[in-house]
Amino acid sequence: MKQELEIRIVVIGNGMVGFKFCEKLLSKRKEGQNIALTVFGEEPRVAYDRVHLSELFAGKSADDLTLAKEEWYTDNGITLYLSDPVVDIDRDSKLVRSHHGHVVHYDYLVMATGSGAFVPTIPGVEKDGVFVYRTIEDLELIQTYARKAKRGAVIGGGLLGLEAAKALLDLGLQEAHVVEFASRLMPRQIDDAGSRMLQNQLESLGLHIHLSKNTQEIKGGDCIEGMQFADQSFLEVDMLVISAGIRPRDELAKIAGLETHPRGGIVVNNQLQTSDPFIFAIGECALAHHMIYGLIAPGYEMADVVATQITGGEKEFLPFDMSTKLKLIGTDVASFGDPFIEEPACTTVRYENKAKGIYKRINVSLDGKSLLGGILVGDAEQYNMLLQTCKNKTILPPDSEDLILGSRGGEETGAGVMSFPDDALICSCEAVTKGMICQEVNEKGHRNIEAIKKSCKAGTGCGGCIPMVKDIIAGTLKLNGVYIRNVVCEHFDYSRQELLDLVKMNGLKTYNTVLDTFGKGDGCETCKPLVASLLASLWNENILQKDRAPIQDSNDRFLANIQKGGTYSVVPRIPGGEITPEKLIVIGQVAQKYGMYTKITGGQRIDMFGAHLGDLPLIWEELIGAGFESGHAYGKSLRTVKSCVGSTWCRFGVQDSVSFAIEVENRYKGLRSPHKLKSAVSGCIRECAEAQSKDFGIIATEKGWNLYVCGNGGSKPQHAQLLATDVDKETCLRLIDRFLMFYIKTADPLTRTATWLNKMEGGLSYLKAVVVDDVLSIAAELESELQQLIDVYQCEWKEVVESPELRKRFSHFVNTPAKDPSVQFEEMREQKRAKEWV
Amino acid sequence: METETTVTWHVACQVSDIPEDGGGCALIDGKQIAIFNFARRGEWYATDNECPHRQQMAVARGMIGSQDGEPKVACPFHKKTFSLQTGHCLNDDAYQIKTFPVMVKENLVYIGI
Ligand SMILES: Cc1cc2nc3c(=O)[nH]c(=O)nc-3n(C[C@H](O)[C@H](O)[C@H](O)COP(=O)(O)OP(=O)(O)OC[C@H]3O[C@@H](n4cnc5c(N)ncnc54)[C@H](O)[C@@H]3O)c2cc1C
Ligand code: SF4
Ligand code: SF4
Ligand code: FES
Repeated sequence: MKQELEIRIVVIGNGMVGFKFCEKLLSKRKEGQNIALTVFGEEPRVAYDRVHLSELFAGKSADDLTLAKEEWYTDNGITLYLSDPVVDIDRDSKLVRSHHGHVVHYDYLVMATGSGAFVPTIPGVEKDGVFVYRTIEDLELIQTYARKAKRGAVIGGGLLGLEAAKALLDLGLQEAHVVEFASRLMPRQIDDAGSRMLQNQLESLGLHIHLSKNTQEIKGGDCIEGMQFADQSFLEVDMLVISAGIRPRDELAKIAGLETHPRGGIVVNNQLQTSDPFIFAIGECALAHHMIYGLIAPGYEMADVVATQITGGEKEFLPFDMSTKLKLIGTDVASFGDPFIEEPACTTVRYENKAKGIYKRINVSLDGKSLLGGILVGDAEQYNMLLQTCKNKTILPPDSEDLILGSRGGEETGAGVMSFPDDALICSCEAVTKGMICQEVNEKGHRNIEAIKKSCKAGTGCGGCIPMVKDIIAGTLKLNGVYIRNVVCEHFDYSRQELLDLVKMNGLKTYNTVLDTFGKGDGCETCKPLVASLLASLWNENILQKDRAPIQDSNDRFLANIQKGGTYSVVPRIPGGEITPEKLIVIGQVAQKYGMYTKITGGQRIDMFGAHLGDLPLIWEELIGAGFESGHAYGKSLRTVKSCVGSTWCRFGVQDSVSFAIEVENRYKGLRSPHKLKSAVSGCIRECAEAQSKDFGIIATEKGWNLYVCGNGGSKPQHAQLLATDVDKETCLRLIDRFLMFYIKTADPLTRTATWLNKMEGGLSYLKAVVVDDVLSIAAELESELQQLIDVYQCEWKEVVESPELRKRFSHFVNTPAKDPSVQFEEMREQKRAKEWV
Repeated sequence: METETTVTWHVACQVSDIPEDGGGCALIDGKQIAIFNFARRGEWYATDNECPHRQQMAVARGMIGSQDGEPKVACPFHKKTFSLQTGHCLNDDAYQIKTFPVMVKENLVYIGI
């Protein structure tokens, strides 16, 4: 009885694909199906992650690469023989015999013997110091030998060769050379222009690249000493890695009389059956659709196809997409679809930026509607989007070049992915489609990438799909109306934007009225400053009056930045960075008097550190007396408008950038916003004020001013994008008014303009439509709202200095005027610094 | 806030010295005590002024609020949040601050130590 139901399966090869087959088979096994699984592996260890082999040189151990421990096989009833290659197949009796003499019967035999490195017949390859790059053992040998080597070379400038070359650098060799027979690098993935760009990048990192080089002989005694090329040149090296391609392991299949291809590979049909229907071949040993698929994703798909059929299902292996994306020594390289199709068969759009080492090419169908393929070097941020657009034949926008230009940096927006069909393959390593991810979210309630990884394995292979998976999770939740309502906190069930509208419509001006009307509980450190910022953005009343002082973030509460040790820093406004000698002297005197450390900031002003809380009003009283105002360095508000000297002094300047910067800074000073705002004005295209790294930046042109928006420095730099060209001052200010008010009204809390734009559906073109073209007809409203805020501006510090009631709060103790005795400083370069915290 | 154990009541300050729904620091017997006037709830609390995270004398400058109804204060430096009732740190079990009883009588705030 039991005999009848049991299917005996033997797998030859415990590599990546052989292992994946076992995994798939177990998960597809139906109830009542009794499977006896035997696996033979030639290597001494259980299957490991060959794709990440090079990480052995980056500190990973062989164990880290293991796909499943030996117990996994035992626990799942798999009989595993390691270091024991199969040496013979008796197809008539359906049994295999191993090197150690194990004889096992099979109903189905699965050959997953992979491939070996292809070693061309060059005289001298047998010398010591010549290696291949395929197994953990290979890498261990290379590592040992590299200790005494100085100059290394790799034959082969393909994907693997470049990876091996990087490994040589990582191993500390002084010189690493790549020798390629073809006239370009990665000849299967990228074109000549892409190769040139990649070559530049790699050379700048210290690799030596030799193209169109035919190695004739490997010279030396017992050990390699150099390479002789057909063009008579000679390269002195003391070690060599051969990575000139792969050679399918079909020798056993040949012995068994299975059909193989003259150039290597076990021939299989669409069911992946060999010429013997009871024997399948999968992975790198199989020749399907006339080719060897030398990548992991198609290998996994093959494992799935065979596992499905053996467990009673039906599935064919279809021609598989060979698109790839990888990072080579820090340089992104990707190719997808048909990267090489040329005009006139298509329209090709190319973008090249030598300074940044970026090359992009897309091939668009002649009717301009679909994407046929492309190449990305240096920046492959858009790879996933492009790949899916290509695979799903998504209709292209009219300006297809926007696909590779107009990179808005930062995150991809969610809208794009959600337009893909359900069967769009998102994770090609684990064959997970968009529909499957949506299902995980909808039916199993998984809401984050970790949960999705666990439940359906998406993103657990090469990891390239993770950003898209995240977008799909967010997009699906949004469709369900679950999330995206970024509610403020447990006290307010509204988003910042909703709350802003409500507070405005109801004319609320204190925190407690807002909490009583729209919230619950007693508030917290999240909603208090948020409401404080809303109130300030709406009414611009002094933030310390009414009940507002205790709801301000600690910096706003005392109108100064709290620093290590509990002292504060003082930053007076210096509009445009222009200051008179008299005012400079005052700053010096005040700093001296109150014992403060001084430093010039990146925003062209002066920061004084180490002020005691109780001294703040006194310090400001003196500064205000000398004509200074608060610099709002403590607030989520306009910081500085940096400027270069422009046409007043600079011989290149075309406009007076300083005067304009001062005007801009004075116009927007004190404006409260979701996050801090920075700006700059440059006097000409040389951009000395770095305006393009600011939330809004202005650059002088011969005819007027160019306005850039949504740039960012800080931890996630992003270039600002051009919003308007050659506009006059008045127009420029009007556009900034609209832009700022639109941002204040719609951005999430603590979101800089750059992130705000990245998340905006429609991106820059939408922003332009609203701000410049006024498609929403709100421009007039935005302008007048901003004007109101400007009209009520007052220097916050002046108000404090003049109000005894507010001044009283600036004391460390409520029961004594003493200063905090725990404050301590250390000496440093004739000034002081905060004591290091423990 | 009433308690039978032997505490000594110290006058800390006047009621108006502590802003409504905010805090202030009093120096009592050489010790820095943070005092909070939780006006929304009509409650007063007192704790250590020193935050155990980086030994900063700043708890009194923190923002108060509630978490699931439990009154709390967030240190302004790195937002470690402490229960005003128990002194237990609500977002990092490793930390704890002391709490003290408060008594308000005839416009004066007393702290029991
Ligand atoms: C350094 C390196 C980097 C790579 N990077 C990438 C990448 O970034 N992206 C990508 O998609 N792919 C990459 N690959 C390719 C990927 O690793 C292979 O496509 C994948 O390993 C193929 O799996 P496989 O199971 O078919 O072959 P293998 O993993 O080679 O497994 C075959 C196993 O069968 C064993 N075997 C052979 N004959 C017998 C026998 N007679 N009896 C028993 N056992 C036998 C072999 O010893 C071997 O262990 C890389 C490969 C290397 C070497
Ligand atoms: S940006 Fe132009 S005008 Fe300004 S300093 Fe540089 S070169 Fe001179
Ligand atoms: S970069 Fe970091 S350390 Fe420097 S000022 Fe900004 S927050 Fe402080
Ligand atoms: S010092 Fe209080 S949270 Fe770090």
